[in-house]
Amino acid sequence: MTAEILYRPAPAIAAAVAAREISAREVATAAIERVTAENDRLGAFTDLTFERALEEADVVDAKVKAGARPPLAGVPYGVKNLFDIAGVVTRAGSRINRDNPPAPADATVVRSLTRAGAILLGALNMGEYAYDFTGENIHDGASRNPHDPSRMSGGSSGGSGTAVAAGMVAASLGSDTNGSIRVPASFCGLFGLKPTYGRLSRAGAFPFCASLDHVGPLARSALDLALLFDALQGDDRRDPAQARRPALAAMNEVRRGAAGLRIAIAGGYFRERGLPEAFAAVDKVATALAVEREVILPEAARARAAAYVITTAEAATLHLDRLRKRPADFDPTVRDRLLAGAMLPAAWVIAAQRWFRQAMREVFAKVDIILAPATPFHALAGGTKTITLGGVAMPARPNIGIYTQPISFIGLPVVTVPVWLDGARLPIVVQVIAPAWREDWALRVAHALEEAGVVEAPVAGEKESVR
Amino acid sequence: MKEDFDAEAHCDHMAAVLGLEIRPEWRQAVIDNLKATQAMAEAVLTFPLGDDVEPAPVFEP
Repeated sequence: MTAEILYRPAPAIAAAVAAREISAREVATAAIERVTAENDRLGAFTDLTFERALEEADVVDAKVKAGARPPLAGVPYGVKNLFDIAGVVTRAGSRINRDNPPAPADATVVRSLTRAGAILLGALNMGEYAYDFTGENIHDGASRNPHDPSRMSGGSSGGSGTAVAAGMVAASLGSDTNGSIRVPASFCGLFGLKPTYGRLSRAGAFPFCASLDHVGPLARSALDLALLFDALQGDDRRDPAQARRPALAAMNEVRRGAAGLRIAIAGGYFRERGLPEAFAAVDKVATALAVEREVILPEAARARAAAYVITTAEAATLHLDRLRKRPADFDPTVRDRLLAGAMLPAAWVIAAQRWFRQAMREVFAKVDIILAPATPFHALAGGTKTITLGGVAMPARPNIGIYTQPISFIGLPVVTVPVWLDGARLPIVVQVIAPAWREDWALRVAHALEEAGVVEAPVAGEKESVR
Repeated sequence: MKEDFDAEAHCDHMAAVLGLEIRPEWRQAVIDNLKATQAMAEAVLTFPLGDDVEPAPVFEP
């Protein structure tokens, strides 16, 4: 059962470990073997913490023996390499930051998962400084798509998508500023949770654009996300933007079904420019939920434009000293944008900050959940530079995020649900968008769709073998 | 879009102001990004906002 255990959902692994059907050490060993076998091919992990994994497993086994039932007992996971791991250099996808000393302590969210009994296998590949939608990294190589390694994992949390879709780990942590959890979730076919802005602590996570940065989990089921989300919540004064909100008990809510929630499809901007698979996936989910109603999210194009301006200006300011001292050590695709971002007139940036969300509140007065595409297409072939959307050729990298960027800009929680269209050899996700602070509503819809057999996140190879 | 935005001149001036090295082989990509960002900023700036609308440097949903 040891290799097979890695394919199970996180709650099933935790239950098996808590019931002593299998030890956490056996799970950790199976994960270590799988990472060792697959990582060279897929480029998921950049730093391995196998010794720590075995130590954590032994601690969990001792606790279980003493009668405890940690909620994530023995669940193997990895974290995007912008999260601090004690004793590991936080490279944040860059060459420059790997000259820093090792992190003295774990990021808050890593500490939370350790406390809940999860087992850390290591740090995961990402696009440099998170300014990326591809999962390609000039310093560490690409994190590849386990469903087709010639394709992108999506970014910037690329390795976080690769590792979970390849069955190396049950779950991972990523960060999402403009789509960096939702894009790899789409390309790799995973359930991902971008919580409400301010919900989870970002302390010990290397920033990208602080006013838009979120952290959250990727996994292979809605129940996994709920279990992880419950473990990750908690007040942390070390994150100045964290809101003082009561925690949700997502595991108590997630099985309540979608009945009673008013659901609509995002129209207008979110029905334009994508390839047919993006809209077919939304329609498949909508049909399963018996949803026909459409709502317009006003000014989505302007929301995206404002997010674009804020991101580039804020990130450039964060990196200004490094741009002055070590410009040649940046990934060229990141350097170009940061150099330009450093040069923006203040009027552009402040205008973007003034431009905000009142209209969105009015939309959510009429509905509870909005369905929208996440990426305009399936995973692109590695190295793709240009794409054609709505008959117009455009650079691929910035436009992968056209549907994710307007949503994170206004801080709304999103759960991604993976769809396999008939005959498709690659997955694509749909964004299930909820009002601020209602992650539980999005998780309920995701779980109901899973129960109905409409969405699923098989480990790569499982799905293909039955097709 | 503003027709008179001279991204080349802006790039060279701001590089000097900020003390940034722009190697010749990097310059065109920086200029292209400046033009793209200017178009995005223009989309925001053309939306009329009341004087009471405050900036939200950190966003409280």
